[in-house]
Amino acid sequence: MDKTINQKAWFLVLPVFLVVAFSAVLPLMTVVNYSMQDTFGNNQFFWNGVGWFKELLDPSTDLGGRFLTSLWRNLFFSAVILAIEVPLGIVVALSMPRQGWSVAACLVIMALPLLIPWNVVGTIWQIFGRPDIGLLGYVLHKIGLNYNYVSNDLDAWATVIVMDVWHWTSLVALLCYAGLKSIPDAYYQAAQIDGASRWAVFTAIQLPKMNRVLLIAVLLRFMDSFMIYTEPFVVTGGGPGNSTTFVSIELVKIALGQFDLGKAAALSLVYNLIIIIVCWIFYTVMTNAGAERRVKKGVA
Amino acid sequence: MARIDLVDLAHSYSGDEAPGSFALKPVSMTWRQGGAYALLGPSGCGKTTLLNLISGIVTPSRGKILFDGVDITPLSTQKRNIAQVFQFPVIYDTKTVRQNLAFPLKNRGVAQPEIDARVAEIADLLDLTPYLWRKATRLTADAKQKISLGRGLVRSDVAAVLFDEPLTVIDPELKWQLRSKLKALHRALDLTMIYVTHDQTEALTFADTVVVMHDGRVVQSGTPAELFDKPAHTFVGYFIGSPGMNIVPAEVRGREARVDGHVIALTRGYGGFPPGIKIEIGVRPEFVEVAPPAPNLLKADIERIDDLGRIRFARVRVGNAKFAARVPPGFSVPDRAAGLVFDPAHVHVYANSLLVEGSS
Repeated sequence: MDKTINQKAWFLVLPVFLVVAFSAVLPLMTVVNYSMQDTFGNNQFFWNGVGWFKELLDPSTDLGGRFLTSLWRNLFFSAVILAIEVPLGIVVALSMPRQGWSVAACLVIMALPLLIPWNVVGTIWQIFGRPDIGLLGYVLHKIGLNYNYVSNDLDAWATVIVMDVWHWTSLVALLCYAGLKSIPDAYYQAAQIDGASRWAVFTAIQLPKMNRVLLIAVLLRFMDSFMIYTEPFVVTGGGPGNSTTFVSIELVKIALGQFDLGKAAALSLVYNLIIIIVCWIFYTVMTNAGAERRVKKGVA
Repeated sequence: MARIDLVDLAHSYSGDEAPGSFALKPVSMTWRQGGAYALLGPSGCGKTTLLNLISGIVTPSRGKILFDGVDITPLSTQKRNIAQVFQFPVIYDTKTVRQNLAFPLKNRGVAQPEIDARVAEIADLLDLTPYLWRKATRLTADAKQKISLGRGLVRSDVAAVLFDEPLTVIDPELKWQLRSKLKALHRALDLTMIYVTHDQTEALTFADTVVVMHDGRVVQSGTPAELFDKPAHTFVGYFIGSPGMNIVPAEVRGREARVDGHVIALTRGYGGFPPGIKIEIGVRPEFVEVAPPAPNLLKADIERIDDLGRIRFARVRVGNAKFAARVPPGFSVPDRAAGLVFDPAHVHVYANSLLVEGSS
């Protein structure tokens, strides 16, 4: 095949290249630049090499301690979120209607929390949980529970988790629902003929057929919960103490609270790296599953 | 082991009793134990509906289904001793071939040693033994269809196996193999098999009784030879055979049919028909020959010749009607005009599309 060689075509890529450079590459390189320096204000910077990175990974220093504590806290938070939202999302998807007007009604109602700005979600729950004017807090007090997310670590965690479950379970449910809808009726009919119980239908048909959407759901929910900032910040401000200070909240404290640009830049890079690595792992797992499917098709 | 009787069975998906809304119009018939049946008809004729009614996936809006005289209409699919193979292979993705085959027995609480024995037996029958430990998803479409079938056969209680166009996704050269396999299985196991298809070759090679459906109605059931020689409905004549039966409007009186002013002799006598009834004669292309034009033959214009290798068919025009007729070997085809020679024994008379038996 004869290809026309025309290097001028590169000019067509130029606008995109410029946009990406200004929106992503240059800011990122600025962060890389900051992460190697220290500043005492007045726009004076001093070379610090990989000092911040060493400190970041050393739990005995102040920076390292704060980073690693918030990192573990954040990973634990993500694990709890996934452990609740994924099974709950599946259960919700399974119990949704398959046809009729109620499908549309369910979809709209479930999409509602996803449409609310994160800040507003935080505000809703901040007020909802207050013992004086919030419905939840008030009711809990009336039935004799000493619930207070401002002073009690456990209450603060519970509030943040319930809020996230409320906000994001529908995403998992909607994804699972799409996966369920794509299963041909013949599978259910065959299972019926094979005498499968409800549980057997779930484990033999529904769960395997949902595995791809579930992978996407887990990826999205992991990313979002690992990067969570707005909602807990609005509700608890990272407290009581540091008990709900997740990595991004810690980062903002260092960057904007203390104006330690070097430390914050180093932290953001490591944070970013962790997210990219996890993304890559998920991507590899997903494409491998896809490749397997293609091989099967080839054989058939 | 079961004889299946359908008693005034009908189904309408909308639940509406208006005559036009029935996907399956009322039918009564018997499927004998051990028979190989094919349900043949074009898409949308109600054959899958009938199949799903028998397997219990769909509950009929009217009528009863009897297995060996016992009414099983209200029973769920699980409780009927029926297996079904679907158009697209249904396999359980995460399971191995062995686990797939064992699944129906596991669900029914059969003891493990018995499961192992049955699975081994059926795998052997279906030539699946080498794949038993493989993941079922990795296999080809025909192997998957065999697994679907195997899941039905492992159950010792299964009386009938229903196939819903099972060869749709199979490669042509494997279709033959799988079809012969089904035939062999039918001979080896004393099972009633009902095979839905819109492919007449599949139906005629598989079944000893072919049930032809059209527009929600069973129009004829019989052996392939009966369907070919004596179609009970013009649709059967047209649908079975390639090319299909020639059907032309005619006037029939006594032992004569008149087409386009020309008289065609009949072997049977027909009484007068009341006015307002559509009278047609039907004759298969195999029983009409083209000949050089002659005054005593029906005149036809040859439009083209289809050479099928073994046999040649002339596509001709008689008045406004299209006709297909056999070209005898060694016959050199005239330019356009030709005459048609009919074999009177194979000319049938249809009144309002239904076969009329004349008196001999």
